[in-house]
Amino acid sequence: MDGHYVSNKLMLSAVAGKFSFGTNLKQRRGFATNMETIQTDIAIIGAGGAGLRAAIAVAEADPSLKIALVSKVYPMRSHTCAAEGGAAGAIKAEDSLEHHFNDTVGGGDWLSDQDAVEYFVKEAPRELVQLEHWGCPWNREPDGSVAVRPFGGMDIKRTWFAADKSGFHILHTLYQTSLQYPSIKFYDEFYATDLLVDDGHCQGLTAIEMRSGRMHHFRARAVIIAGGGAGRMFPFNTNGSIKTGDGMALAYRAGVPLKDMEFVQYHPTGLPNTGILLTEGCRGEGGILVNANGRRYLQDYGLGPETPVGKLVLKTMELGPRDRLSQAFFHEQQKGNTVKTPWGDCVYLDMRHLGEKLIDERLPFVRELATSYLGVDPVKEMVPVRPVVHYMMGGIHTDIRAATPIGGLFAAGECACVSINGANRLGSNSLTEILVFGKRAALSAIEHLQSATHTVNDAALTAQAQAAQDRIRTLFLRPVGNESISGMRREMMDTMELNAGIYRTGEGLADASTKLAELRRRYAEGVSLHDKTNVYNTDLLQALELGSMLDCAEALVASALARKESRGAHQRLDFTGRDDVNYLKHSLAYYHPSEPPRLDYSAVSITKSQPGVRNYSGNKK
Amino acid sequence: MTERSIDLDVLRYNPETDSEPYWQRYSVPHHDEWVVLDALNHVKDNIDPTLNYRWSCHMAVCGSCGMMINGKPMLACKTFMRDFENLIRVEPLAHFPIERDLVTVMDDFVSKLARVKPYLIPKQHKPVEEGEYRQTPAELNRFKQYSMCINCMLCYSACPEYALIPKFIGPAAITLAHRYNLDSRDGGRDEREEVVASGEGVWECTFVGACSEACPKHVDPAGALQQAKIASTIDWFKEHLTSWLNK
Ligand SMILES: Cc1cc2nc3c(=O)[nH]c(=O)nc-3n(C[C@H](O)[C@H](O)[C@H](O)COP(=O)(O)OP(=O)(O)OC[C@H]3O[C@@H](n4cnc5c(N)ncnc54)[C@H](O)[C@@H]3O)c2cc1C
Ligand code: SF4
Ligand code: FES
Repeated sequence: MDGHYVSNKLMLSAVAGKFSFGTNLKQRRGFATNMETIQTDIAIIGAGGAGLRAAIAVAEADPSLKIALVSKVYPMRSHTCAAEGGAAGAIKAEDSLEHHFNDTVGGGDWLSDQDAVEYFVKEAPRELVQLEHWGCPWNREPDGSVAVRPFGGMDIKRTWFAADKSGFHILHTLYQTSLQYPSIKFYDEFYATDLLVDDGHCQGLTAIEMRSGRMHHFRARAVIIAGGGAGRMFPFNTNGSIKTGDGMALAYRAGVPLKDMEFVQYHPTGLPNTGILLTEGCRGEGGILVNANGRRYLQDYGLGPETPVGKLVLKTMELGPRDRLSQAFFHEQQKGNTVKTPWGDCVYLDMRHLGEKLIDERLPFVRELATSYLGVDPVKEMVPVRPVVHYMMGGIHTDIRAATPIGGLFAAGECACVSINGANRLGSNSLTEILVFGKRAALSAIEHLQSATHTVNDAALTAQAQAAQDRIRTLFLRPVGNESISGMRREMMDTMELNAGIYRTGEGLADASTKLAELRRRYAEGVSLHDKTNVYNTDLLQALELGSMLDCAEALVASALARKESRGAHQRLDFTGRDDVNYLKHSLAYYHPSEPPRLDYSAVSITKSQPGVRNYSGNKK
Repeated sequence: MTERSIDLDVLRYNPETDSEPYWQRYSVPHHDEWVVLDALNHVKDNIDPTLNYRWSCHMAVCGSCGMMINGKPMLACKTFMRDFENLIRVEPLAHFPIERDLVTVMDDFVSKLARVKPYLIPKQHKPVEEGEYRQTPAELNRFKQYSMCINCMLCYSACPEYALIPKFIGPAAITLAHRYNLDSRDGGRDEREEVVASGEGVWECTFVGACSEACPKHVDPAGALQQAKIASTIDWFKEHLTSWLNK
């Protein structure tokens, strides 16, 4: 092992040479103050599925446009890589856009904007074929056509999949494809801190280069945010450490409202000790859920009657939507029907009847994950699972063109809320959404470049960039205090879990609101860094990420408290019914630096599906 | 009952303050179901906020958390504490410059990925409107395994050739080129051969097989290199034989 030590050590001289550290190190201690300015046409924040798709679309549409792809991690580390199950798009003869539309709108409890859903289902197959043309290894039928699998809440099989690593393959296909376009410039491991907005137009951003700690000032004629989700506000989640809502917070602080933030999706089948997801594909392939007594309890919650084990009946029982399944778990827990495990109450996901061959062919990653992280082999044993925070339906307020209310600012992917997902996203719609709206954002940004007439006020933008840098400097200069970043983060997470989970009450949400206001104040006054050096400083990064999460959490709780009804993933024990008279509308939360957000509402677009009853009982036909 | 604990030795280095790396010891709880990444997170959150390392997914798919664990390249999120008795030593991935603590500089790897043209160069152009290319399950299986690489770079840390000859394109990048070469939809092999069959490509490999042993995703880069080498050899003969025959 000393061999490795030596080789690392030898490499050090290379590092010192490359970044000209070395003798004048002392000078660089403290805070890097010189700022670099980069001119580009379109800046994209985030290099996950949505950001990469947007970048490729710009590069293809106009190779002369300069693209800056800014990401806090290398593109292939983005959390799109973790998606397992697949992406929805109607292509099979028995399917239709109409069906995909109806499943999505009903699944979203009629809070989806129907004009956006129409656009989405229409573009979906094209985008998935496009990925196929770029090499995505989708599973195939014996005749060589693309195979599809069933997913929850869908009445026809339409989920394209690459075994159970669909997101991984989508992300790598996009990343690898993007490497052929010279106009895409990668700014990997750059952490975006602020948007630069002047004259009502977004004209750039500031970002810290992790490697040097230096602030960079990006001048752009349009900016697309593709920063991903914010599940890390909760302690038990399927999200990677990077999903801290930065993209949402950037837009929010710049004045764009966050829409429908109260709708948080719990996925019904997470591994209880780590939160690692077992994809809905497990149930799509025929897995069942049973309680401590061996009963398929979903039949007791309007999802029955029981279907025969091993025979798939779509859109009922285990193939109901996620919100209903996670809610059923809560009731089973209340009744004492769950299984006690060292990591809390669970139910069982039983896949044994699928057999080793099918599991290895279609769910190999699931088997690997359950076996290594929980020590349970799904081929031989039932896997204990429990609901886990998974996805944010809400996000940056955008319209059907992926445009925000600020000129030149667009958003796409999980950070955005168009909204096609309404009050509950259907599994496998999100991977498709990042493609459809990633591309849409790119096209809208290009249109914006062609038509924009605003003036560029150099001095104002530079002053804003300077102010962004000064805020970081203040953090560096503040003496180490009593507040710890991990401590405050823990308090936030505990509050969210206790009061903003699957079922909520006015009282609990009010408590959460008070607590978050306190945390935001303590953060503003007391957060400090132990690490005051420049190179790859994750103490700084985590401080900034905590700031993003606190802002998102406050928007979430305020919107949830004001929504006095139960719809989709937002369930209130004190207002149990859906209330279309008062709440068939989108919540909009507007940022305030020191107070809770101001709330407003906007209308839902309804084109051809009037709000109805969500029926997932197998008797419906 | 007192909590069991274990020593975690971490190689630390900050280019701004240290002239060379040094070991730092932390005592961390020893939970059977914890992975080494959990121990590092425990240190970061409770003991030392100045410790730096990369991670995101905690499920062995994002490829961020490769590091040397007791001398071997491993993913911190898939290496269980239960496999260690009384000491865990973590260092940055071998053969890469250290950026800070356990974070390495990965420019070389990323530029090599790009060099092999790792994207589909279609044999026949087909407009998207005409639907998908046909590909049978058997055709998919020819390259599927080689498409599973998470870019964790463990194979580069395991590779003795890369240690000696840094310009070697290396296991993962060659495997990726091979993945596209084997794809029934692809016609770009000749373009990729310039890099793959060059002096910096397959010919550097001496088939130690350490890369496949280190690979956490069973991609088998050594197998891909072997196949690529054979294919390049055949190319060489074809080219030289035909020119000789034409003389
Ligand atoms: C475990 C899991 C399984 C899933 N399975 C499915 C599925 O089967 N089907 C489906 O449809 N959906 C699924 N989803 C949901 C879906 O994967 C995500 O919603 C989607 O991939 C999000 O893509 P994105 O491009 O918006 O964000 P991400 O891929 O998360 O990328 C976000 C990007 O933003 C960057 N970024 C963030 N903040 C900053 C900052 N401050 N500065 C610079 N860059 C920044 C990051 O570096 C990253 O590149 C799953 C989700 C999870 C967690
Ligand atoms: S081939 Fe294996 S070890 Fe090498 S980078 Fe890819 S996944 Fe990692
Ligand atoms: S954290 Fe993603 S591979 Fe380990």
